[in-house]
Amino acid sequence: MITVNGEKMDFSGTVAELLDVMEYNGKRVAVELNENIVPKAEYENTAVSDGDKLEIVRFVGGG
Amino acid sequence: MDNNDKLILGGHEFNSRFILGSGKYSLNLIESAVKYAGAEIITLAVRRANSKEHENILDHIPEDVTLLPNTSGARNADEAVRIARLARELGCGNFVKIEIMRDSKYLLPDNAETVKATEILAKEGFIVMPYMYPDLYTARDLVNVGASAVMPLASPIGSNKGLATKDFIQILIDEIDLPIIVDAGIGRPSQACEAMEMGASAVMCNTALATAGDLPLMAEAFRQAVESGRKAYISGLGRVLTRGASASDTLTGFLR
Repeated sequence: MITVNGEKMDFSGTVAELLDVMEYNGKRVAVELNENIVPKAEYENTAVSDGDKLEIVRFVGGG
Repeated sequence: MDNNDKLILGGHEFNSRFILGSGKYSLNLIESAVKYAGAEIITLAVRRANSKEHENILDHIPEDVTLLPNTSGARNADEAVRIARLARELGCGNFVKIEIMRDSKYLLPDNAETVKATEILAKEGFIVMPYMYPDLYTARDLVNVGASAVMPLASPIGSNKGLATKDFIQILIDEIDLPIIVDAGIGRPSQACEAMEMGASAVMCNTALATAGDLPLMAEAFRQAVESGRKAYISGLGRVLTRGASASDTLTGFLR
């Protein structure tokens, strides 16, 4: 089990594959894995392991 | 006005002194808000993505507008630093507005944590614009740790109550050698104008526009008010008498 944006899910693979499964590919998002930024260039080489916590974020309106 | 009157933030020059928020109104209004406000800087927030959403706010912001992501939602320096790094990873520059609140009732900024986050992020090359409670010592600390501007609140966020902290903002304007940008609580163009007359370098508004009857028209009213206040400040305001009166025309005795 991994946790993505606070929700648990079953997944094993890379960050790139996770973004694909979750339909984030092509969207302007940023990814944090266990509180560390994953640069875009590292998506394909970064494995997501059991127990990992990810945050996937975007810009929204704000003041 | 003099074209050399630029707002300089982290080495970047701006002509507009009105910073626009993008919260609490329709994405479809952002483009006209930017246009009527004459804004060159717009704030954004960072939130968890949702793959069911297809609209992206970045598609509604003209390309030549500088993005100023905020760290809203952060309760301490560490969270603000995480949000700032994520914002930079979203690929829209090095600007960040630090916003750290421990209190959800009054939304007041935590000055001590704000100084900590500013120091870390300035060292990482961010152009750091901290939102703060107007306190001279905190402002001096922010200068020392590498802030590019100081953003004191006028009154509580979203309140539209105006310059409740006026005297303390004036102290920052007088004593701090960084741009002082009045942020939060400005509800009317006249209040924005007053802040600029006092010598503020810029004014930032969100709720005043988001809750106005006609957003683009109010954006234009704010633009004009900010420009008027700036001109008045550069001109130097006329003096105020402590007592009595002073005739505007020469008093001759021709009917006497």
